[in-house]
Amino acid sequence: MSRRLAPYLLILPGGLWLLLFFVVPMVAMLSLSLQQGDVVSGYQLTWHWQTYVDGISNYQTQIIRSLWYGFITTVLQIVLAFPIAYWIAFRGGRNKSVYLFLILLPFFVSFVLRTISWKFILTDESFVLAPLKDVGLVSQDFHILGTPMAVIGGLTYNFLPFMILPIYVALERIDPRVVEAARDLYASPVQTFRKVIFPLALPGVFAGVLMTFVPASSDYINSEILGSSGTTMIGQVIQSQYLRSQNYPTAAALSFALMAILLVGIFTYARALGTEDVLKVAAR
Amino acid sequence: MTTTLSTPTGADLEPTTRRRRRRLGDRLLFAYTWLIILWLCVPIAVMILFGFNDTKGRYNTTFQGLTLKWYGRLFEIPALTDALANSLIIAVLNTLIAGTLGTLVGLALGRYRFRGDGTTNLVMFAVISAPELVMGASLLSLFVASGVGLGIPTILIAHVMFSISFVAVVVRSRVLTLDRYIEEAARDLGAGPWTAFRLVTFPMIFPAVLSGGLLAFVLSIDDFVITNFTAGTTQTFPLWIYGATRVGLPPQVNVMGTLIFAVGLLIAAGNVIAARRRPSSAR
Repeated sequence: MSRRLAPYLLILPGGLWLLLFFVVPMVAMLSLSLQQGDVVSGYQLTWHWQTYVDGISNYQTQIIRSLWYGFITTVLQIVLAFPIAYWIAFRGGRNKSVYLFLILLPFFVSFVLRTISWKFILTDESFVLAPLKDVGLVSQDFHILGTPMAVIGGLTYNFLPFMILPIYVALERIDPRVVEAARDLYASPVQTFRKVIFPLALPGVFAGVLMTFVPASSDYINSEILGSSGTTMIGQVIQSQYLRSQNYPTAAALSFALMAILLVGIFTYARALGTEDVLKVAAR
Repeated sequence: MTTTLSTPTGADLEPTTRRRRRRLGDRLLFAYTWLIILWLCVPIAVMILFGFNDTKGRYNTTFQGLTLKWYGRLFEIPALTDALANSLIIAVLNTLIAGTLGTLVGLALGRYRFRGDGTTNLVMFAVISAPELVMGASLLSLFVASGVGLGIPTILIAHVMFSISFVAVVVRSRVLTLDRYIEEAARDLGAGPWTAFRLVTFPMIFPAVLSGGLLAFVLSIDDFVITNFTAGTTQTFPLWIYGATRVGLPPQVNVMGTLIFAVGLLIAAGNVIAARRRPSSAR
């Protein structure tokens, strides 16, 4: 095996798989979004861009709502994840791997099952809400399920580990001597945090934003299980257009538009900060 | 007032006060960390508990006492059992195929510099960060356009597609930490390239191959979104659960979830312990 050819031979089978089933499908989807026709008589490529205009204007409420939910979720997660990542990175000691293991624990239970479990906990007659209502701590017509709060709560819950891990990785990389130097130069704990620790953790925060905003704003499980018709997200629209109405061109146009919006973010990130942080977190 | 009050910024405080305050801050952070971990575990605890629920009716909604009967009647619902079997078959095949292909890609990326390595890295990154919904939708578009029937093979194609990148990334990060002189020493001692790989390099990257394979298994058995798009009428464990939500979940689902959780836990705990015993950072 010649040394020059070796890497190409190693990459060939996996690369071919990704070319055929990752790259080609994207092209197929783009093409399908510009076709006209129906399931019975087949589709013709007519470069019908109007599908995009119609799709986006018909579902702009859901598109904006999804981006908005994704935004709130991401902000909540940064606030929730930072202290815990900080604690594990700086005070975890020899138990670091145990803490990380505990944070990854939910991944051993199916995503769907966890979300259904939340529905079960939050439903009006549940063992949590029913006693509270009986005692009168909570008014009888109080609901959590079906509200935006439940959907955002579910999204925050489901993707939180993807925010904790990258922030942790960034914090762990900080040389303790840099923090000591700040203290030696009479920086208060708050100043040390603001001027030294937080800026050094920012790449981790950005990686976390990428890894949580993308799945949260394109999610359809949380809103389907925990939400109501008032919380419909674009993911649900795409899913039902594909699988229930089989309205393929509209569905393809919507998911291509969604991908384009998210892709701008993804590649801006990759250009500015490189791909290394995200790959490192995925390797855990 | 004649005495000047010191402002409570950290630098002006007495060292003991400062230490006490830091200790309080640490305690709060410690409590907070455990609170979040508890929150993360609440739905799992509920799932496990209701697998032991002695429910009388069809619905598993209120707790009516402990029982083990659902463990005995685990395979009583044929459709659910079939779905679980499909999930296991797909996960095992996915582990083997994606494990092999991903390891090869990881080796190439970790070991060699070549034209196109940047592009390959970018594709790995794109697969990991692309929305699952879009990957599922685009695969379905391809299958619709080419008239391929949906079923276990299409699910497997999809799972291997997204698992390759994760395996490759895990293996690559291990290969990058290897001392390449060890393999060169083997070559100097007369080993051919294949022998050197088999006897020297592969044993060194084996832990990474194993954890990459484990990751592929877990990703596959838990996947809902991409499977939803590529399954057609075929059921997997998560798809079946999702479909049954409206009519109410039987306790068998809780038991199966608990068992999958327990097995995953055991394997991962073994991994953590093994990593702790190994003196060097073997991640």
